[in-house]
Amino acid sequence: MLSVKNLEVHYGMIKAIKDVSFEVNQGEVIALIGANGAGKTTILHTVSGLLQPSRGQVIFEGKDITRIPAHKIVSLGMAHVPEGRRVFSQLTVLENLKLGAYTRKDKGEMEETLKMIYGRFPRLEERKNQIAGTLSGGEQQMLAMGRALMSHPRIILMDEPSMGLSPIFVEEVFKIIRDISATGTTVLLVEQNAKKALTIADRAYVLETGNITLEGEADKLMNDESVKKAYLGE
Amino acid sequence: MSSFFTFLINGISLGSIYAIIALGYTMVYGIAKMLNFAHGDVIMVGSYMVFLSMGSLGLPPVLAVLLAVVVCTVLGITIEKIAYKPLRKASPLAVLITAIGVSYFLQNAALLFFGANTKMFTSVISLPAISLAEGQINITGETQVTIIVCIIIMIGLSLFIKKTKAGQAMLAVSEDKGAAELMGVNVNGTISLTFAIGSALAAVAGVLLCSTYPTLNPYTGSMPGIKAFTAAVFGGIGSIPGAFVGGILLGIIENLSKAYISSQLSDAIVFSVLIIVLLVKPTGILGTKISEKV
Ligand SMILES: Nc1ncnc2c1ncn2[C@@H]1O[C@H](COP(=O)(O)OP(=O)(O)OP(=O)(O)O)[C@@H](O)[C@H]1O
Ligand SMILES: [Mg+2]
Repeated sequence: MLSVKNLEVHYGMIKAIKDVSFEVNQGEVIALIGANGAGKTTILHTVSGLLQPSRGQVIFEGKDITRIPAHKIVSLGMAHVPEGRRVFSQLTVLENLKLGAYTRKDKGEMEETLKMIYGRFPRLEERKNQIAGTLSGGEQQMLAMGRALMSHPRIILMDEPSMGLSPIFVEEVFKIIRDISATGTTVLLVEQNAKKALTIADRAYVLETGNITLEGEADKLMNDESVKKAYLGE
Repeated sequence: MSSFFTFLINGISLGSIYAIIALGYTMVYGIAKMLNFAHGDVIMVGSYMVFLSMGSLGLPPVLAVLLAVVVCTVLGITIEKIAYKPLRKASPLAVLITAIGVSYFLQNAALLFFGANTKMFTSVISLPAISLAEGQINITGETQVTIIVCIIIMIGLSLFIKKTKAGQAMLAVSEDKGAAELMGVNVNGTISLTFAIGSALAAVAGVLLCSTYPTLNPYTGSMPGIKAFTAAVFGGIGSIPGAFVGGILLGIIENLSKAYISSQLSDAIVFSVLIIVLLVKPTGILGTKISEKV
């Protein structure tokens, strides 16, 4: 469904991504793990069009989207929950959700999705008129996920959704990712919390300073000695 | 007492013009994080359009104003495309210098096309004055129309931003361009739209200004532009209600200082008040500190 080929990304003179290729198949949960600064966020930004690669290709459902600007990629069926949530802090919860559906034309279908999202995140409905900046970190994460789902994506990219959350919210976030996957949406997940990520993922890629160094089925990686040492703290 | 009331009303009217101009500064600042110093000169271009289309083409006032609005809208979008868009990632100083350059360009283009001599502008407003308190207070048609137009613009713009998709996209872009892009918002298009609205309002402000103070030359827009910029900062740059409050207060302060203190010192007083406000509240009256995103 998504295939990234020989990606190379620069920030000015700095080469942040060296030669990265990976595949995400329809219905999978794919985890991308790696230390701080490995280049995970850079990869997601390149996939969703916020960054342009200096080399390589991003193919989504058979279509080359490498040079398509981010705002046009959304309506192709890809949503991106950015690192640090980035909810619109001056706007209300409902206004944030509606912006998530910015590219959708059919108002009725949008209302349906909104109902579905309120069902999944009851807290968002309770707080729909609250200013997003005043939500707790966990609630903001729910909002960022709900907002991405409002575009009714076939694939959703998530950048460290559990970052900075209390254990209860971390559980909640992973449960939601599982739910999202269960409804047929493909998930590309970047996580610091490698253990949790590998638990819910089908396959995973390990990224080290701009290169993929290891890949495979998630349960195999979980038992890999080098992964255990570097990412699982065992 | 009645003269005080007259000064006050005239101050509110002048302030309404500042407020409409300040909206252009504040919206563009909010969304593109830049000070568009050429904004004042767009006012001047709008006024010349009305002057010429009523004078030379003999168009009725309504059509003349519409034409000016269209010309200024196109001018605003063009300025953004040619001068500012290539500098999206440049330093704020480079953008500022470019904006000053655009301002000089417009003034000199006006000198070239329209000449240096001051034209007498015919008011587009033919509403009769209202007399109150047995004729002691006189509110001209221009004053009435200016205040009403300002109120309509404020309400219209607030509704536009609160209720429409494009308005919400503007708020999203002004807070976080990347996140807005991820929602499917065309950031460049939204910036263009903001320049278009600001410039259309500049045309309206120009017409109102020249109808009340009927002289027109290539530098007509420059002082009101600076005052309106002051008003925008005064109210809190980036804030739409701030532009309104800042503009009206500035107009009142200016007019009352002219009337009761000194007409020479009124500008000095206006800017002193600004400095005091900024010392007490650096973000302006209604401004909030938005944390800068890296
Ligand atoms: N805007 C930028 N300008 C210059 N260098 C950047 C920029 N953004 C990221 N980098 C560099 O690119 C490399 C990869 O960064 P990236 O944010 O993709 O890492 P990450 O894996 O997401 O890290 P983290 O787990 O901390 O979020 C880092 O060395 C970083 O310093
Ligand atoms: Mg990151």
